[in-house]
Amino acid sequence: MLTIAGTEFSSRLFLGTGKFSSSAVMAEAIEASQCQMITVALRRVDLENPDDDIMSTLGKREYTFLPNTSGARDAKEAIRLAKLARAASGTSWLKLEVTPDPRTLLPDPVETLIATEELVKEGFIVLPYMNADPILALKLQDVGAAAVMPLGSPIGTNQGVLTEAMIEIIIEQAHVPVVVDAGIGAPSHAAYAMEMGADAVLVNTAISVAGDPVVMAAAFAKAVEAGRSAFEAGLGQSVKQASASSPESGKLSTDLGFLA
Amino acid sequence: MNISLNGEQKTISGIHTVTDLLNDLTLIPGSVVVELNNEIIQPDSYDAAVLADQDRIEIIRFVGGG
Repeated sequence: MLTIAGTEFSSRLFLGTGKFSSSAVMAEAIEASQCQMITVALRRVDLENPDDDIMSTLGKREYTFLPNTSGARDAKEAIRLAKLARAASGTSWLKLEVTPDPRTLLPDPVETLIATEELVKEGFIVLPYMNADPILALKLQDVGAAAVMPLGSPIGTNQGVLTEAMIEIIIEQAHVPVVVDAGIGAPSHAAYAMEMGADAVLVNTAISVAGDPVVMAAAFAKAVEAGRSAFEAGLGQSVKQASASSPESGKLSTDLGFLA
Repeated sequence: MNISLNGEQKTISGIHTVTDLLNDLTLIPGSVVVELNNEIIQPDSYDAAVLADQDRIEIIRFVGGG
């Protein structure tokens, strides 16, 4: 069972709710994913369409909501968004995102560290989105991050876990849960991250823009479960020299003298 | 009275409090967060939050996002 800040999660798949074609598809995909943690963003109300409210779809269900600070370009903006998110959600869970460059959407490590420290002091449960930097992961952990969320590859690119060597070090060193976030584009990527020992993965684009998001959500659920089971079972070591799977003794060619 | 509402200039009349404004916009109070001049207004203070000329108001809610 995954525990973050004292809350237990039986599902290790976290789902983002962006870019779904409709609220109905989103709700069905969430159901199929069996996830218990879902991210949401904060934006100005579209005053031309005041009835367009995602919480009317999601609010009735029992999820842990993880509001993000997407759009924040520095620590100050992220802290402002965090406070709005807490007022809107009534919870202190927060996915901290500080992305100054709209082209790469890569997280600013300095501002992320500053904002994490400040928000932890203000009682937030902070899960910072970060580059896959093992030193930064430890610093974020030291200032009180409840988990760290290193990126597999840039947001929305579906390129998979390109940062694997660094994520392996983060997993080895971190005492807080490691959630691989961003860039996971296929169930195999998610399974791979889980096999490496990630505590969870956060997926959005790969599901929401799939041909059939509901079937894809179910596929990710299976992949995450399979990857976790494989990690717990203990993977065999990768070696260069061939080693027979079948017994070496009793082969017809040697023991019966055929072709000898 | 002129206010900035979600970044746009608006002229309003007959609206005195945040509650009046939300009613005018047909927004359910519990479904949004209101920021008045960069200060979050708690829902139980909407009636008491009186608007003044040149106020900056942001009305925010959750949307889909990763």
